[in-house]
Amino acid sequence: MASAAQRRIKSISYAKYGYYFILPFFVVYFFFQLWPLINTFILAFQENISSGTEVNYVGFDNFKVLLFGSDRRPERMAHESFMTALGNTFILWIGNFIPQIILSLSLAVWFTDAKLKIPGKGFFKIVMYLPNIITAASVSVLFLQLCGQSTDAPGAVNSILQSIGALDKGEVIEFVEGTWESRGTVMFIQTWMWFGNTMIMLMSGIMGINPSLFEAASIDGANGGQVFRKITLPLLSPIMAYTLVTSMIGGLQMFDIPYLYHKDPNKVNEDLETVAVYIYQLFHPSNGGKVQYGYSGAASVLLFLITLALGLIAFYMTRDKDEIAKKKQRKAAAKQFKLEQSKKMGGLSI
Amino acid sequence: MSTLAKSSAKDSYSLKIKLKSGLLFTWFVILTLICLLPLYILIINATREHGEIVHSISLLPGSNLAENFKTVTESQDYLYIFDVWAGYKNSLIITACSTVFTVFFSALTAYGIHVYDFKLKEVSYTVILLVMMIPVQVTSVGFVEFMNSIGLINTYWPLVLPAIAAPSVVYFMRSYMKSSFPLDIVEAARIDGCSEFRTFIQIAIPMMKPAIAVQSIFAFVASWNNFYTPNMILLTAKTKEKTLPMMISAIGASDTLNDYGSKYMAIALTVLPIVVAYVILSKYIVAGVALGGVKE
Repeated sequence: MASAAQRRIKSISYAKYGYYFILPFFVVYFFFQLWPLINTFILAFQENISSGTEVNYVGFDNFKVLLFGSDRRPERMAHESFMTALGNTFILWIGNFIPQIILSLSLAVWFTDAKLKIPGKGFFKIVMYLPNIITAASVSVLFLQLCGQSTDAPGAVNSILQSIGALDKGEVIEFVEGTWESRGTVMFIQTWMWFGNTMIMLMSGIMGINPSLFEAASIDGANGGQVFRKITLPLLSPIMAYTLVTSMIGGLQMFDIPYLYHKDPNKVNEDLETVAVYIYQLFHPSNGGKVQYGYSGAASVLLFLITLALGLIAFYMTRDKDEIAKKKQRKAAAKQFKLEQSKKMGGLSI
Repeated sequence: MSTLAKSSAKDSYSLKIKLKSGLLFTWFVILTLICLLPLYILIINATREHGEIVHSISLLPGSNLAENFKTVTESQDYLYIFDVWAGYKNSLIITACSTVFTVFFSALTAYGIHVYDFKLKEVSYTVILLVMMIPVQVTSVGFVEFMNSIGLINTYWPLVLPAIAAPSVVYFMRSYMKSSFPLDIVEAARIDGCSEFRTFIQIAIPMMKPAIAVQSIFAFVASWNNFYTPNMILLTAKTKEKTLPMMISAIGASDTLNDYGSKYMAIALTVLPIVVAYVILSKYIVAGVALGGVKE
């Protein structure tokens, strides 16, 4: 029995308020994100010059230059540095992802193991997440300072190595300018900053696994390794896949540390130049003066396509397989039911 | 006999657990030290003098704290590229505005999609989920060129306004509303004659407090730490108008500053506020990260 007021309210349409409420989001989204995205695509197909006065569309020329290069020197250089940037991104990502996942996964398993009696788990979690919250720019400058390689005024790491006798006085390791030394340092910084975050995410995944499975396994006499391989890992695999792909997308965006970790005030370390840094330098006038919107846009579009592919893989991997199977079953059942119904009807009609 | 064997087996089992726990505890302590050591050295070296720092490493604070602080905040060499008080002020203005925008408008958008039935409801939510995936690096060329053409380069607007559209926060708020915001409440408010917007402000927002708190912390940290966007928008801004991460990045590559003590001090000044905030709020932050990890 609905009252008169209730009936009146039911008859009013509130749909327009829905539009009012989501309007600000979509207006801002259009201006500051969607239009810039479209603009990036437009720039990618325009001449590679900085001024916006009179530009011509050049089709896929910018993409051709970046992917295949040409005989002309500047174009060949653009191609080479883009390829180097792709390679660097991949190297830095691998070198940061592998130690990070091993560390985070093992820690997550140990932290969630109810049998182990370890005091202060909460404290350890909080400390391990701490590096993630510190300004990346400050972290980069801090490590630049700690890893300083000048012989007369070495940074903290080199002076520790000297004082324990691993290095002679006046001898330093080139943590800032050496190719693999600097890459190693950046990998370390990235791992240092992100393992706590990954650990907490994996922990919440492990805690979502039904605890009776672990109990059953331990009653059946499974040891730690068996439980990990046969229960934790298979049940965690959607979250692992999700972590893998989001970390890959994050790796493609790796910017602050590689961009700032260099001693030369005028240019970045070429061994650390990732795709994100490459794009940034082309549209940022403080680096080398000349802005090149065309190449920058084309590189962004390529980055977008790679991200899109990875995102689709993530989506495919994390969808609920049980749910899909159930849906299929339901559909089949419905079909069966319809078939039977029509048979019955057919039987009747005859 | 059998009870004896049983008890010894139990003993060896518990011994094994104890041993394993002990080993792991040691490993966790080592990792903790690795996490804290760079920050510890930073704080210690901020109190020491250049000569001492270069000469040897120390785990005890020095006596040069006041001197280093004075150098960073007063000397012309520093003020030219690193004006710490202006940095705090600018970062705080930008961060506070964008945090409020992000949280308020995300709650508004999520509420609109959750409460009302309209034609484009599902479409708009799908769009929001899709754009969550697009990294900022992809759109930034177009963004900078567009801001350049409408004359917003070197202003704070492009740093603050885009915060209104934060897809991942909308996603989080919608998930939260699904689980703990019954629509009957809206109905009841209507019967009592409450206007739609007032229902949102006075009923929905107080009920969403936990979600708003978590998202505010994360939005604040993300904006405070952001170097990428301010550095591409505030191109030719004076030092006094830059944000803190921009200022500290100038210290890193500077070839005129050679005094290590004051350099460490400058870095420490940029790191300390966020570390202090973390120590106070760490419980909520760690819980919030765990929440983000569970994707429905």
